[in-house]
Amino acid sequence: MSIPLPVFVAIPLATGFFMPICGKKLRPVATVLANLATLSLVVLAVTVIGQSSVYKIGEWPIPLGINLVLDGLSGLMLLVVSVVSFAAMLFSIKYMEQYTAKPKFLSLFLLMIAGMNGVVLSGDIFNLYVFLEIASIASYALVGFGCGHEELEASFKYMVLGSIASAFILFGIALVYGNTGNLNMAYVARAIQSSGLNKGLAFALALFIVGFGLKSALVPFHAWLPDAHPSAPAPISAMLSGVLIKTLGVYALSRVVFNIFGVSPQIGWVLVALALLSMVAGAFLAIGQWDFKRLLAYSSISQVGYVVLGIGLGAVILSHGGNLAWASLAILGGLFHLANHAVYKSLLFLTSGSVEMSTGTREMRQMGGLAERLPVTRAACTLASASIVGIPPFSGFWSKLILVIAAVQAGFIWLAAVIVVVSLLTLIMYLKVQRRVFLGPLPENLAGIQENKGSMQLAMVFLSCLCVMMGLLVIVPALKAGILDPAVKVLTDGVSYSVKVLSM
Amino acid sequence: MPYALCFLLFMIGLYCAVVKKNMVKIVIGIMVMEYAVNLMLIMLGYHFGGVAPIIDRGQIAESFISASVDPLPQALVLTAIVISLGSLALMISICIRTYERYGTFDITQIRRLKG
Repeated sequence: MSIPLPVFVAIPLATGFFMPICGKKLRPVATVLANLATLSLVVLAVTVIGQSSVYKIGEWPIPLGINLVLDGLSGLMLLVVSVVSFAAMLFSIKYMEQYTAKPKFLSLFLLMIAGMNGVVLSGDIFNLYVFLEIASIASYALVGFGCGHEELEASFKYMVLGSIASAFILFGIALVYGNTGNLNMAYVARAIQSSGLNKGLAFALALFIVGFGLKSALVPFHAWLPDAHPSAPAPISAMLSGVLIKTLGVYALSRVVFNIFGVSPQIGWVLVALALLSMVAGAFLAIGQWDFKRLLAYSSISQVGYVVLGIGLGAVILSHGGNLAWASLAILGGLFHLANHAVYKSLLFLTSGSVEMSTGTREMRQMGGLAERLPVTRAACTLASASIVGIPPFSGFWSKLILVIAAVQAGFIWLAAVIVVVSLLTLIMYLKVQRRVFLGPLPENLAGIQENKGSMQLAMVFLSCLCVMMGLLVIVPALKAGILDPAVKVLTDGVSYSVKVLSM
Repeated sequence: MPYALCFLLFMIGLYCAVVKKNMVKIVIGIMVMEYAVNLMLIMLGYHFGGVAPIIDRGQIAESFISASVDPLPQALVLTAIVISLGSLALMISICIRTYERYGTFDITQIRRLKG
């Protein structure tokens, strides 16, 4: 059965616009509908995984109309987005009861999902920009949702840097259109292949790297993230750190670099350098934090570094004409780490939300001994910490192992060493979380706190199970061939993307 | 040359957004950037003495295409203007809310988040 691709955008968009109509009486209805929408997106994403198809909007032939393209990479991203948004939506049923305007929250949340699904599916760069703006504007509003002092400040900072990033991306798109006369990704890729990279296009590529780098918070462009992610409500922090920086940043960047412009050694090394900076700087900055969510946010910067490192290493190997299997392994490591990080970082943010809701604070110095009061949250947080550090049976171990093997195989022993050292730094920061938040003496004023029951627990348990089982994605050959391999192949195929899209 | 001027306008906007301390001026800087990009897009499609891209009955398609301007960038700019209007509205409303909270537009005095 083939599913028309626009449903991935239409379902959250339609549900999102229905939400503001719901007043106080219809609030439960709105909540149920929003959860049904995310659940249906999970089901749809599972059914389309591994397929590839092109949908032409309004039946216009390709260079004239807008087209949506589903391939391995889009399928993987759709699955990640829908699973994380399902868990975050489940969590927000109970968590968002403390805010007054819940339907508005749900509406913005669904708009953000619609934007992200659109970015992932779009086969046209201007259309990608439009969806990117939908997702970003919804996320600016969500960061400032609490309307407190810090939320507004963080939201303004995020919005200024986000808008500058969008202006850079639009400028890049204008240059691409001026130089190739097309906006369709496949046609642009073909035009660049035949004409080569002239000065205007090289400038456009630089603008894209800065713009998408800002969106994915790689280190010289990271200033907004540690403010914005902690200020949002916990389910939104989970979405922002878990999937938003990856779909708007890493996915869009790798699509542009690999499939449109084609890889070159310079670009590969730029990506590797940005990745290394993010990994090391993010980890060191995270260790010094005392705010629970702020520590998690800095750790996200460091972890996105891993993802970009895998992809950049793949680009370096590919552009030097190296062994295809080695390049595939590096990219596999990057993409698998992307999926893993989406799951465990969103779980960590959900646990931080649960802790904040129970204790009323995010300051780690005022906590301690919560293990006996919040057993489920503690178990989930420990599982996620073990995953992110890379303790063997859990998911993070496998993706880091793949990255280390890929780096050693390609002859970059020092890269492998950096990966291991940053893992140790990650271990330090999560030991700090465990010790300060869950172990040690319980402060007297927190003696009476209760575990959060219901939907919040359910969401945390769901993501914890995923954390444990994600390793199966690379161990079981059938799953690897069905989900990860097609995504890797899209990137290693590079600019032959255009041939494939045009023949479908 | 016109493209270089567009880029100059873009850089002026970027300078304003990065250097200014007043929140509203930062917003104005960002909008200048967006308009520089819009201008650039329009210029890409324009050629000197071009006519509006609306074909009439009786006109020959080939000669019309060479005489008219490119309509696609105009459609793009319309979309981009709508998007930037949306983000402008949000930015200004955040500015107003921040003013209510802090009583100032000066970003050097709005510094609770550090580290």
